[in-house]
Amino acid sequence: MGAEHGHQLHVHGDSPLHRMAAHHKVLLVVGFVLLIVATPAGTFWPYAVHATLLIGAVALSRVPPAYLARRMVVEVPFVVFALWLPFVATGPRMEVAGLSLSEAGLVAAGGLLAKGTLGVLTALLLAATTDVRDLLEGLRRLRMPAALVEIMGFMVRYLDVVGGELRRMRVALLSRGFDPRSPRHWPVLARALGALFVRSYERGERVHLAMVSRGYRPQASRR
Amino acid sequence: MHVPDGFISAPWSLATGVVAAGAVALALRGARRELDDRTAPLAGLVATFVFAGQMVNFPVAAGTSGHLLGGALAAVLVGPWTATLCLTVVLLVQALLFADGGLTALGTNVILMGVIGVWVGYAVFRLTARAMTAAATRHRPLVPLAAGVGAFVSVPAAAAGFALLFAVGGTAPIALSTLLSAMVGVHLAIGVGEAVITALVVGSVLAVRPDLVHGARGLLPTRTLVSHAEAVS
Repeated sequence: MGAEHGHQLHVHGDSPLHRMAAHHKVLLVVGFVLLIVATPAGTFWPYAVHATLLIGAVALSRVPPAYLARRMVVEVPFVVFALWLPFVATGPRMEVAGLSLSEAGLVAAGGLLAKGTLGVLTALLLAATTDVRDLLEGLRRLRMPAALVEIMGFMVRYLDVVGGELRRMRVALLSRGFDPRSPRHWPVLARALGALFVRSYERGERVHLAMVSRGYRPQASRR
Repeated sequence: MHVPDGFISAPWSLATGVVAAGAVALALRGARRELDDRTAPLAGLVATFVFAGQMVNFPVAAGTSGHLLGGALAAVLVGPWTATLCLTVVLLVQALLFADGGLTALGTNVILMGVIGVWVGYAVFRLTARAMTAAATRHRPLVPLAAGVGAFVSVPAAAAGFALLFAVGGTAPIALSTLLSAMVGVHLAIGVGEAVITALVVGSVLAVRPDLVHGARGLLPTRTLVSHAEAVS
């Protein structure tokens, strides 16, 4: 557990996108995603423009496309939601392959899928090209409350530590015959989570004491 | 449960963002009351715990699996203000570093999980705990049970919040009743899992470090520290 923790999605590399200042990148990404969201569904060419821009950015960043494609699975639950829409949306209906579907629902579902996918890809690209510390510094520059940035910094710093603890607990449980799919083992799972909470909290207390002993002063009295 | 980009229209995304920012500002002040100067490290570590807890999947009916939302759990363990703060930071990290939940939907997600999930869960927990303490004399098992009830209600409440938000600011024409019944129906099943896990986790923490469970303060019999050592001057 060394000091240097890159986060899991970060792809180390050197490209104009990697070098760009984090606060500019965050602003650009949020603006771009807002633009995508504001694009009316039922049109085609604006989405083609967004997609082309995004693909250009991916090419520029030299992040492997296959890597990004694999990470797209986070949107699966909402793909299900989008596919469900045409069946239940209101408005005039049409027949597609023997199914009665709502026209407006189909358009909306297409829009949701396009916007969701472009949004996820944009966020993935930001994560892949931005180091955590740069991101935190960028958020601070964007006037996010200092306390929030600090909490986020602690969370990111200990993500791998607590994640590793959870992983070791899981290995220990599995090697003792734990079956994660069985509700009968929920008490075991819950005890593990309870232990994880106590350990995390106590680690927080230790970190705080270590900080205080090194001269840390809390937010309120600073500045 | 993480709403991606494009589900809520741009104006409503901005509006939810503003509301969420206000809620977070309040939570920052409230959390300082709950944790004083330990806010940053402790809230950070609790956020990490919530994040790890959300990675634990449990099976729901018909082969699908849900994961813990953790709003009610965090509220009972560390208090509702800190819980809102922790959930916000978790959502922020998930949106920025894991592309889970849209960036423009961040406000929506904070309202649904960090505000509705936490505060509905906590309110139901308090009410249930109060009703139970009035009715029973043995207090210890009540806290996990009340936490479970809070968690059970919090999940469909957040789902109903999404349905209402989608009805006013959504991007698809769909009858509110259809959406509401479907969302709440699915999330009732997830709520059962959330309730059981939450109750068991709170129970296990109570067994080890009862002093850490914020929601149990004033509900458990107080134990005084007995020292037989001579005081050192």
